[in-house]
Amino acid sequence: MKQDVPPPYTAVAQHAVFPKPTHDEAARYNFLTAFNKYLSGPIGGGNKIAYDSRVLPAFQAEHGRDPQDRFEIRDAMNQDPWHRYWSALKRNSMEMRQQNGRSITLRQLDELSAKVCQFNEGRETLQLDPLLPIPHYMDAVDIHCMPGNYQGEERPGDMSAGANYDSGLFATTAGGLGALSDGGGQALVEWVRKERPDWKPRRILDLGCTVGHNIVPLALAFPDAEVVAIDTGAAVLRYAHARAQSLGATNIRFIQMNAEDMSRFPDGHFDWVQTTMYLHELSGKALPRIIHESERVLAPGGLMFHLEQPQYSDDMPLYEQFIRDWDAFNNNEPYWSAMHALDLKQVMEEAGLPRECQFTARVLAVVDRTIFPAAAEGAEEDHGRAAAWNAYGAWKAEA
Amino acid sequence: MTDNSVDYIARAGRRAKGKRPDTLHDFSAERTLSILMAVAGEVAVLKERLDTVERLLDAKGTISRADIEAYQATGDAAYERALSTKEYVARIMRGVQQEMEAMQAAPERPTAEISIELKNS
Repeated sequence: MKQDVPPPYTAVAQHAVFPKPTHDEAARYNFLTAFNKYLSGPIGGGNKIAYDSRVLPAFQAEHGRDPQDRFEIRDAMNQDPWHRYWSALKRNSMEMRQQNGRSITLRQLDELSAKVCQFNEGRETLQLDPLLPIPHYMDAVDIHCMPGNYQGEERPGDMSAGANYDSGLFATTAGGLGALSDGGGQALVEWVRKERPDWKPRRILDLGCTVGHNIVPLALAFPDAEVVAIDTGAAVLRYAHARAQSLGATNIRFIQMNAEDMSRFPDGHFDWVQTTMYLHELSGKALPRIIHESERVLAPGGLMFHLEQPQYSDDMPLYEQFIRDWDAFNNNEPYWSAMHALDLKQVMEEAGLPRECQFTARVLAVVDRTIFPAAAEGAEEDHGRAAAWNAYGAWKAEA
Repeated sequence: MTDNSVDYIARAGRRAKGKRPDTLHDFSAERTLSILMAVAGEVAVLKERLDTVERLLDAKGTISRADIEAYQATGDAAYERALSTKEYVARIMRGVQQEMEAMQAAPERPTAEISIELKNS
């Protein structure tokens, strides 16, 4: 029997500013990849077994009813020794990924910085705003245990936060995002080509672009489009710009900007406004503001498109909601739980995109399947990291 | 290290902001597990390095450190190495996996009880 194993870290495409791993650093990621797959695969189901066999019966005996929400399940599961141990292992895996990525990146910081500077210096396609305040939701904790978050700098002008982020995506997704960790962006291209084969957006806006891995495929697919990618973190933007340039995506302008206030752009400026795995890193007040702003800058007939892990609908079993919430409380994703419980359709409707304009779609990462695996779904899914998403979108009515 | 460089060893292990979940309710167990998993990772690294050395020796008879650094497993070699790591992870995680199976088993009595029972039956 051919076993299900992840591709080696050396299958990662090393673009010009990618942090080069040594033999042993690559091997360290290979271990983490195998370990992550083991935690979600062969023993991931242990959490459900603990729940069904003892946590739920004990809860029912104590309360005389079933749990009412995912939080009650979490409180009960956090008393279970097996689930606690599994959580401790997974938390360690997340921390080890950060240590390895930072070690690789910071060891070669001078060399990487020089390369990034070559792509960035004097370029008007990188526009930083040192006076832009970091939003409170970007500073409350270090998201997914990434020390310093997206904006952390080891020294002035640093970009290592971006390099570390890029370096480790492969390990946390077990290669599911492909050689350039851009399976999400490639999926956007494939989706739009099927949906509107002849559509040529003139201007595209990507919010919360981090290292630009999901906007580069779009920029390359629509080389005549004017693409703008914004983020609040200068550190990731410096890296993103150099990365995009090195991959030939020269039609993207990276701008340090808070998406809650995009007053710099006129109404109806963009044909496509999109996010990938971004909305869950905002806050209860910021998210609707950003959707409002996005609707304002979206042209009539334009596309709004958000890629996320599935929302917690009433149809989703409470246990599944609980396990999908693991990152919220164990991997520093404090808005994850509340965001996934939102009715995004209502949020978009309130922002001026009526339900008849809206759609949802299932989107799978598009990668080279001869090397990179399809994301496991169902019982063996690595919840929160699976390279398979739900798209929540709308085509804005023509004027 | 140039003047501009950061102390990468110290900075690589920087703590992430945010209270760490007290999963095991035991400080020593939490931190011993962190050490154990890091060491487990390093053993996997050594195994992979040795595999590289063996494969290069098979192919070339003699090797240099540069050969090891440049080596990239592809095709069957990539599969065999990933399989070896998968097997290794399964081996070191055996205790956790068996506790998972124990949750599915029918209630079990201490073997001492069964021993007495068998003696008399």
